[in-house]
Amino acid sequence: MEKFTTHTGVGVPLRRSNVDTDQIIPAVYLKRVTRTGFEDALFAAWRGDESFVLNQPAYASGSVLVAGPDFGTGSSREHAVWALKDYGFRAVLASRFADIFRGNSGKQGLLAAQVAQEDIELLWKVLENEPGTEVTVDLVERTASAGDVTVQIHVDDYTRWRLMEGLDDIGLTLQHEDEITAFEARRESWRPKTLPAKHLPKQEIVAARPAGA
Amino acid sequence: MAGTLAEKVWDAHLVRRGVDGAPDLLYIDLHLLHEVTSPQAFEGLRLAGRTLRRTDLTIATEDHNTPTLDIDLPIADLTSRTQIDTLRANAKEFGVRLHSLGDADQGIVHQVGPQLGLTMPGLTVVCGDSHTSTHGAFGALAFGIGTSEVEHVMATQTLPLAPFRTMAINVEGELPPGTTSKDIILAIIAKIGTGGGQGYVLEYRGEAIRKLSMEARMTICNMSIEAGARAGMIAPDQTTFDYLEGRPHAPEGADWDAAVEYWKTLRTDDDAVFDAEVTLHASDLEPFVTWGTNPGQGLPLSANVPVPELIADENDRIAAERAIEYMGLVPGAPLRDLKIDTVFIGSCTNGRIEDLRSVAKVLKGKKKAADTRVLVVPASARVRLQAEAEGLDKIFLDFGAEWRNAGCSMCLGMNPDQLTPGERAASTSNRNFEGRQGKGGRTHLVSPLVAAATAIRGTLSSLADLDLPEGTDLTTFDGSPLAPLDPNVLVQV
Repeated sequence: MEKFTTHTGVGVPLRRSNVDTDQIIPAVYLKRVTRTGFEDALFAAWRGDESFVLNQPAYASGSVLVAGPDFGTGSSREHAVWALKDYGFRAVLASRFADIFRGNSGKQGLLAAQVAQEDIELLWKVLENEPGTEVTVDLVERTASAGDVTVQIHVDDYTRWRLMEGLDDIGLTLQHEDEITAFEARRESWRPKTLPAKHLPKQEIVAARPAGA
Repeated sequence: MAGTLAEKVWDAHLVRRGVDGAPDLLYIDLHLLHEVTSPQAFEGLRLAGRTLRRTDLTIATEDHNTPTLDIDLPIADLTSRTQIDTLRANAKEFGVRLHSLGDADQGIVHQVGPQLGLTMPGLTVVCGDSHTSTHGAFGALAFGIGTSEVEHVMATQTLPLAPFRTMAINVEGELPPGTTSKDIILAIIAKIGTGGGQGYVLEYRGEAIRKLSMEARMTICNMSIEAGARAGMIAPDQTTFDYLEGRPHAPEGADWDAAVEYWKTLRTDDDAVFDAEVTLHASDLEPFVTWGTNPGQGLPLSANVPVPELIADENDRIAAERAIEYMGLVPGAPLRDLKIDTVFIGSCTNGRIEDLRSVAKVLKGKKKAADTRVLVVPASARVRLQAEAEGLDKIFLDFGAEWRNAGCSMCLGMNPDQLTPGERAASTSNRNFEGRQGKGGRTHLVSPLVAAATAIRGTLSSLADLDLPEGTDLTTFDGSPLAPLDPNVLVQV
């Protein structure tokens, strides 16, 4: 995972609350089996609207998204994080994030930092008054600055450390493999196993046909 | 020390307590997979040269992309077919049990786990799908995860998790006739908002919850995520044990006895303290519908479309204006007058046998509204078989509905079952986001009973709007659990 300490890039004001992951990337784009190449899918339903913020030249190359509250709600799709990253975003600032989205971001090196809503409003004003203004997000100092505005950002200590070190979770966990094995030895026998498979007798499933066919 | 249900299950899965701000490492009892959020995780394992640690705690099914028509033909959409083929190849390569399209155990992943008896109290259950919260109805700690976490569970059978807070949702009193557990959860989300549960595990408690069947409890826990909570739980009781006993993977003999003895301890201690509490009176509830584009934008069916000018909070007002425009609504107009183009009955929220039974009971002997399309999509192939054994399919077909094969279907429109731009749906599913059921589609979330009444009248309706025969007992419209299974017919493969 790429390390994240500070990042400076064009700030994009997204004045919407409850931006769910279906808006970040609609389900039709989830059929791909790759982890990259989702830039075209980001906010796909809104990209056709000329007035949408990313369609304005000054914001098109944005890399710091400043969004309304409850960003990333809904589906667990990590594709939402991949699409933001593939487009070029390195950080999202909002007053509240959905839990799964925030977790997914942390795994992929996308900074999802909490900022008080009144500070979001200050950043929005700067970015809207001077489209193309850059935002500097400093994870070391826990600040975000744009123009003459500097605000606090909130990231939990552990996520911050992992982002700054660029650490891979699986590698970290496997350092404790002996503890996992010891735990497995203690598990009760009633806990279910999927194998060998048990099920009711096989039955033929009749295919439904289109109405009128 | 006194603990809540969620804390007890958490503590029983601690592989390692986190120090210096590091998260706890939790063991995962059951990992469910489907075709959409797993391919990149399998690829990650392959690239790192890792194996899938516990194939015997992992099970996969095909649900999101699968067509609900012509399932014996090759999948027409090539990208969907590729994704399904990728899951099949990965399952084979890594040794994962897979129930494919056409198999009697195929279906929506959150129905497959419970009906096989794999979902049980006291487990940790994860899946790359946010509606994994469904399994919390059994007293399991169950939550959706992203693909990086899917890969993490595949490789280690654990997850590093930051501690959560606990919220009690007390639902007191008794549900009025014609209302269901769907109305309870829609009312809860409208009350606490789509962000109200962020950072919390919810525990649904109270008289109204205890009286619900297992399937009705699953509907409530399913939509915990719509209130922002990763997980929602209900303490196991006799209803839970009765549902589980005799299912293919339920414990047997001494294991069953030991399990039940332990499961009975899985309740919040009387002196335990929740970080937050919310109380709702079920007796006040009416059939609930959503009018907007997030599940928190819901109102009783008897209400009118909100008037944005009257909303004080600026963010809420802007959101309401946008939603009203997208949904093509008139502020102040009665919700009851809305004409519905499509009724969708299905999904991991309301596609189970009880849902189909209660819908069939309303539709029996009637004909659908002339201009309304009605889709009935069972949550799993077993649910379809059971419905057919009970003759429900005949009722749906005589009514003029389409009776489909199992899958996620129109809930998220990854398969051909989609709304067209501007099309208005009454849907028993879980999300009314813009474009969720098809680009430009307009979704109103409803209970199965409201869906059924709407299918008859062609406008958003409840049972009270129907000319039901004098003396019809509306309280029996909640169905009964799946018939107990005969353990003697279990097979092993």
